[in-house]
This record gives sequence, structure tokens and C-alpha cells, in this order.
Amino acid sequence: MIAQLPILQVIVPLVAAPLCLFIGRPKLVWLFTLVSSFMAFIISVVLLQQVMTNGTIIYSLGGWSAPIGIEYRIDYLNAYLSLIISATSSIILLAAHTSITAEIEESKLTLFYVLFLICLAGMLGIVASGDVFNVFVFLEISALASYSLIALGSDRRALTAALRYLLVGTVGATFILIGIGLMYITTGTLNMHDLSLQLVNVADSRTLVTAFSFFTVGVCLKLALFPLHWWLPNAYSFAPSVVGALLAATATKVAIYILLRFIFTIFGVEFSFSILPLQYILVALGLAGIFVASITAIYQQDVKQLFAYSSVAQVAYMMLALGLNNTSGLVATLLHLFNHALMKGALFLALAGVMYRVGSVQLEHFSGLGQRMPWTMAAIVIGGLSLVGLPLTVGFISKWYLLRATLENGWWPMAVLILIGSLLSIVYVWRIVEAAYFTPSVESSSNIKEAPLSILLPTWLLVLANLYFGTDTNFTVTISNLTAQYLLGASP
Amino acid sequence: MNIWDSFNYWVVMILMMNGLYILISQGNFIKKIIGLTVFQTAVFIFFISMAKITGATAPILKQATEQGSTLYSNPLPHVLILTAIVVSISTMALALALVIRIKQAYGTIEEEEIQHKDQP
Repeated sequence: MIAQLPILQVIVPLVAAPLCLFIGRPKLVWLFTLVSSFMAFIISVVLLQQVMTNGTIIYSLGGWSAPIGIEYRIDYLNAYLSLIISATSSIILLAAHTSITAEIEESKLTLFYVLFLICLAGMLGIVASGDVFNVFVFLEISALASYSLIALGSDRRALTAALRYLLVGTVGATFILIGIGLMYITTGTLNMHDLSLQLVNVADSRTLVTAFSFFTVGVCLKLALFPLHWWLPNAYSFAPSVVGALLAATATKVAIYILLRFIFTIFGVEFSFSILPLQYILVALGLAGIFVASITAIYQQDVKQLFAYSSVAQVAYMMLALGLNNTSGLVATLLHLFNHALMKGALFLALAGVMYRVGSVQLEHFSGLGQRMPWTMAAIVIGGLSLVGLPLTVGFISKWYLLRATLENGWWPMAVLILIGSLLSIVYVWRIVEAAYFTPSVESSSNIKEAPLSILLPTWLLVLANLYFGTDTNFTVTISNLTAQYLLGASP
Repeated sequence: MNIWDSFNYWVVMILMMNGLYILISQGNFIKKIIGLTVFQTAVFIFFISMAKITGATAPILKQATEQGSTLYSNPLPHVLILTAIVVSISTMALALALVIRIKQAYGTIEEEEIQHKDQP
């Protein structure tokens, strides 16, 4: 049983998805979805434990060993990412039923859970697989599910947002496919481990440079690195609230995982950062992204849009940290993967609560909510402070490592710029605080109550996780360090 | 370098750029989807054409030994592209379904008109 865990993690949600159709009653379907997501979570915890004690787990599908068969290879990075994905999706699912019942028609509820599970299975599959073509297929599985999930939003703009995301996402995935094809031409293998051994021999060929370029642009479209981010804000904000929470907390993380895996394991640090100047591109686009996205966020009237732009800025932070090209930078990227999932999960779930009671997340409707929904607003404030990077929250930990990484390179001006970027996030968080606490409430909002417990509890679970992992960094820092050392050590 | 040596790559490149250009330049969603499909198909041709080896037979062991040839075409890219075609068809189906919904909601599938209607 233990030996089958790497595949079970993907199979459980994938098989559970069609089974949902046989259950019928939405509430039961929700429970079933929740149970399957929690099973995936438990499996990922066990896998992480196994990796910590026994090292990398190799699982050959159907008994065909690599490079002929497809293999799943679970190392620190895979286990860490699948833990992030399955944990956040389970917590978001806790709140999903109350929130989604209010936002979409009852006849579509079952289908919503089917899509949710397929999306989850796709993301876990991307993370688990050790075969590059398999990664492409899983990428499309999760992407197709998320396009349909976004289109479920009640606003008609959700439809155009979903179609735009589909067009951009498919171009991105096809670029990745071209990259995979070019790598296959030069080496004749699709297995990641095998590729990493063989690509060293052809490191100076132009085919490989082309493959790398196509691949990087494709992934950057998927992870919404500035200036390829314009599809993201509408997609996140017009989707149903819990879908926004799921995508904001996990989808970009998976794309970043793909980038990390290809840079460090397959192409190798030397090829990516010495032969090709990837780090300068990432640092420049990262800095530009932080400023442009944060400033755009300040001017948003829709709070979901505001946090979506802030997501673009946070992704830019991760890419900047990656571009610093030292161990602390990589640790900062890995820490922020986890921490950003916690922050954005908490914030978007709190917004789901606002959406449930107020029916809108426009900033003007936030006036007076500080008194009417004290717990939800407190959650937004703590999540917002975490985005800013105040001490005692997780945001501080990742900012701290990011600053340390810039100082290690001796790039003082950049450290100052990062601090200015944080000040910008204070401005947009403050706008919400001002609306919620310091503007008198309008008459029509007098019957608005606190969000229901079923949404409030998962929100606060994530908020408390924000505070807990902000004070006790033992787990996150240890695992990030181990992963960073593994990635840098494993690359030839 | 003879241009005919890399003939297939030229075809792929021209098709691919055509598709991408249609996708970017056209405002009509159906035309955009057509562009996307041309773009994807170009990549499929790229995969399939790279597997072809001049003078090689299909990778069937018995047939090859009868003909005395030991040169096989690579079957793997074909298999990969079968999967990719399935993915592409589902993407297209989903995109067309979304276009139908957009037409119902807005009464048009022109991007500019939709943007105009969304202005408050």
C-alpha cells in the first residue's frame, strides 16, 4: 500500500470525480469530494515523511521502468508542493458548499465538484509525474477544468475571462509542448531524470536554447509573470469565490513548480543561469511586475481584482527571488510558495464570506463592514498584513529571506526597491481597512450579519496558519532548505 | 545548407506563425479559435515529421525482418500526438461552448463590442 502512494495521490481525486455523478445529492457529493481531497492530503503527508526518512521515491507505472515506461519520482520538491496543493484545496473545500450554493444554480453543483476534483487531480499529477509529456497532459487536464470552473461565475464577464484564459493558457501549453518536442529531438527521451543526464552533452546546441526559450515563455504565460499577466485578474475575480481561492492559492504555484523543476533538474543551473542569462530576465521582469501590479492594485475598486493584482505582484517576488541565483533566493521562493498559498487562501475565503453576505466585493460596499462582520474583516486585515510582510506573519519570513538573498549578492538598491514595493502593498491593504472600519455604513447594509461559520472557520484556520507559521518557522524553513539543497545539489 | 533538408520545419514555422498571428490580430472569437487550432496543428506536424526517417519502415518487427531492413521510424511521437490531439479537441470544444454562452450573454462575439458593452 505504501509503495503505491505516489500514484494513489493522483488516482484518488481522478477516480472520485466521475463517481460524484452517481451520488446525486449535492451535499453528499460535497462530503465525498471533501473526503477524497483529505485522502490526497493524508497521502501527501505520508509521502513527505517517507521522502524525509528514505530519500527520493521512484514509482514505475505498470511495472515498466524508466526510460521506457513513465515513472513518478517524488523528491522533496514534489512532496512539498503536493502538500501545499492538497492542504489548501481541502481547507477551501470545507467552505465550498455554503459559498458555492449561494453563487451557482443547484443543478450545476454536482458538476462543480466534478470539475474541482479533476482540477485537483491535474495539479497533483503535474507535481507527481517524472515524465515531461505527462506533465503537459496533466497541465491541460487541470487547465481545462479551471477554464470551466471560471466560466461558472455568475457575472457574464466570467465567460470572456474564461475564454481569454483558455486562449492564453493553450498558447502557453503549446509553447511548452514545442519545448518538449525540441528536447525529444536532441535526446530521444522524455523522462526527466534521463533528460538531465543527456542534456549535458548537448548543452551548447542551438536546438536546446530554442527549446528552453519556448518552454520558459510558455510557463511564464501560465504563471502570469509580468508582462504576461493580463489574463489573471479577470479570471480570478469573476470566477465563483471558492474557485478564485483555489486558483489563487494553487494554480500559479504549480506553474512555478514546473519552472523550478525544468530549470534545476532538467536543464541544470549552469545551462539556465550561466549559458543563458535567465536570472537577469527574471530579476528585471520581477521588479517591473512588483511595481506595476502593486500600483494597479491600488487603483482597483473590486477587492477581488485588487487581490488578483496583488497575486501578480507576489508571483513577481517569487521570480525575483529565483533570479537572484543563490541558495537563500531559492529558499525564499520555496518559502513564499507555501506562505503565499496561506495568505491568498485566507484572503479569498474571507472575500467568499463577504460575497455570501453582501453579494458584492466592490470597495464601496465594504463601508461599515468592520462592525457588521468583525471576524471576516479581522481575517482580511491579518491576511493583508501578511501580504505586507509584518513580523509575526508568514509574509515577514519570506520577505526576510528575500532581503537576505539580495544582500548576499550585495545588491543594496534592490533591497530598497523591495521595501518600497512592500510599502505599496500597505497602501492597497489600507484602502480596504479604511473602507471597512473608518467609513460610516450605509443604511441598506444594516441587516448584514457575520459570515456563516462554515466559511468563517476555514478562513480562520488559514489565518491562524498564517500566524503560526509566522512565529514557528521550523517546518517551513527546514523543508525549504532541504529542497533548495537537493535542487542545487542534484543538478549536474 | 539546402532549404529542402529542413522543408518540414519551414512548413511548421509558417503555419505556426500564421496561427499565432490570427489569434492575436483577429477580434472575432471564432476566428481566434481557428487561429489557435492552426497553431496547435502546426506543432502536431512538427512532432510527426520529426519521427520520419527516409527509407525507414514502420516499426513492426516481422515486416522489417522480411524486407531485410533494420531502419524504423520512431512511433513514439505519433502516440504523443494522438494524446495531444485529444487535448486539443477538448480545448476547442470547450472554447466553442464558451463562445455560444458569450453570444447568449452579449449578443455578439466581437471582442471590441464586448469590451464596449462591459464599460459601466
